[in-house]
Amino acid sequence: MKIIVPIKRVLDPFTQARIDSQTQSVDLTNSKMAMNPFCEIAVEQALQLQESGIATETIAVSIGVDKTIDTLRTALAMGIDRAIFVRTETELNLQPLTIAKILASIVNKENSELIIMGKQAVDNDNNQTGQMLSGLTGFSLGTFISKFSINEDKSSVEICREVDSGIETRNLKFPSIVTVDLRLNEPRYASLPNIMKARSKPLETVELSSLGIDTSPRIKTLSVEESGSKDRSAKQVSSANELFDELSQLGVI
Amino acid sequence: MSALVLIELNNDQVSANSRAAVTAALQLSNKVDAVVLTNNPNNADSVALISGIDTVKLINHESFEHVSSEVASKLISDIMSPYDYLVSGSSTFSKNIIPRVGALLDVQPISDVCEIKSSNTFVRPLYAGNIMATVESLDATILLTVRATSFEHSQDDGSASIEDIKYDIPQSNSSFVEIQESKSERPELTTADTIVSGGRGLGSKDNFTLIEQLADKLGAAVGASRAAVDAGYISNDYQVGQTGKVVAPKIYFAVGISGAIQHLAGMKDSQVIVAINNDPDAPICRMADLVWQTDLFEAINEMLEHN
Repeated sequence: MKIIVPIKRVLDPFTQARIDSQTQSVDLTNSKMAMNPFCEIAVEQALQLQESGIATETIAVSIGVDKTIDTLRTALAMGIDRAIFVRTETELNLQPLTIAKILASIVNKENSELIIMGKQAVDNDNNQTGQMLSGLTGFSLGTFISKFSINEDKSSVEICREVDSGIETRNLKFPSIVTVDLRLNEPRYASLPNIMKARSKPLETVELSSLGIDTSPRIKTLSVEESGSKDRSAKQVSSANELFDELSQLGVI
Repeated sequence: MSALVLIELNNDQVSANSRAAVTAALQLSNKVDAVVLTNNPNNADSVALISGIDTVKLINHESFEHVSSEVASKLISDIMSPYDYLVSGSSTFSKNIIPRVGALLDVQPISDVCEIKSSNTFVRPLYAGNIMATVESLDATILLTVRATSFEHSQDDGSASIEDIKYDIPQSNSSFVEIQESKSERPELTTADTIVSGGRGLGSKDNFTLIEQLADKLGAAVGASRAAVDAGYISNDYQVGQTGKVVAPKIYFAVGISGAIQHLAGMKDSQVIVAINNDPDAPICRMADLVWQTDLFEAINEMLEHN
């Protein structure tokens, strides 16, 4: 089974996002970038399927300006077989519907039966692309998964989904798209020899403009602001009595 | 203008999320209908009681207690043509379905709306809520999920009519196996007035029961940080934060929680935040109204004994 793992390059999640007030966008100049943490979990799942002999080939896909190649190389260093880089001339800040259309065209071309991707990217927090890709391809869908086990018939997979009321178990018939949640696995680190090896793994560049996909935005960002949290007093208390007195003075008990 | 609200049911109860979605839809449109997919047609009667709804579209099938995204999104997209908006509360239920409807209708949905500025302009969080973006939808039909903590919850004094929708059930490539729900007598996390949340500081699953005892004493819901869930102290459905639940109670007790950005994103709109922590430098202490710097076990015992 050929597995595609779409990955996204985002602001390093341990870095505070800052705003460029002139452009009314998040300032990413000179910022440390990293692979979206949920995408790392997706890569790890694909690698485990490769090691257990289920995946015949693993392919990472990412979309963006030239620097996106770094993120694809990270996936290759983790153990992914090859990469497809969909190149854009400039930072387009593509929206999930457009991303899903681009991925659908690659999934079709590669004839892949399983797409493993993060449930959301930690920059825009949309939590949409996997679901939309399922809508466009008609593939079965498992969102927010924390468990993945291929059934004996090899034509379906049992997944556990982390939902608001608990854990839901479902069966998905292939071809499928799954979006992964935090507790699916612990992603591995790339070892130095593998980082070296990744440089010679195949990386195919596809110009976005050659795919004939309408990339015009459907959502326009008018402004952004840092959400200063409410000013809070951090008043010290030193006993339960004092704590409950303060709460009653604040009128909440 | 007309809007359709996708209703989420939890064990035959209309979710608080859906009530917030009705309120949001009424800000956008003077005609608001609701659609409910269920295995129990009586649930349409409960939906019809929600104030502000004109017509309840009932889509009834024995398999719809745990409807798949594939089937739900197809059925909803098929009835969307008269509507300008599709609104649902932010939850794993709606996030599983609404984006797929978007793909079928060629629309880019907007997630986690916190404020409606105009008929096509909305405020939503980015970067775990550290940044708020004001965005304009350029689509002819607008799909939204809205935060339940940002909109009033529409109450029960309506009398909507009910329309039983005839449909052909689409094929689904996925099937329901089972659900493990955490049964609890305590208030529901997303609607509770008081929440007692525990973090890694508790140290073990056994110790975490102290959080439950304290919650019971205070009539509160139980919450947890991602660290506590990852450590196996409690199940995932109690997680508060960017990838868990977003809450805004009157009082939020953060016990042994350091306050990672992704946790703060889920509770920073609480009215009063109480941090109980032995580390004065923990980020949660800067975010709190009241800080009790002490050993958390001593603090819990003192609170449990307090009259």
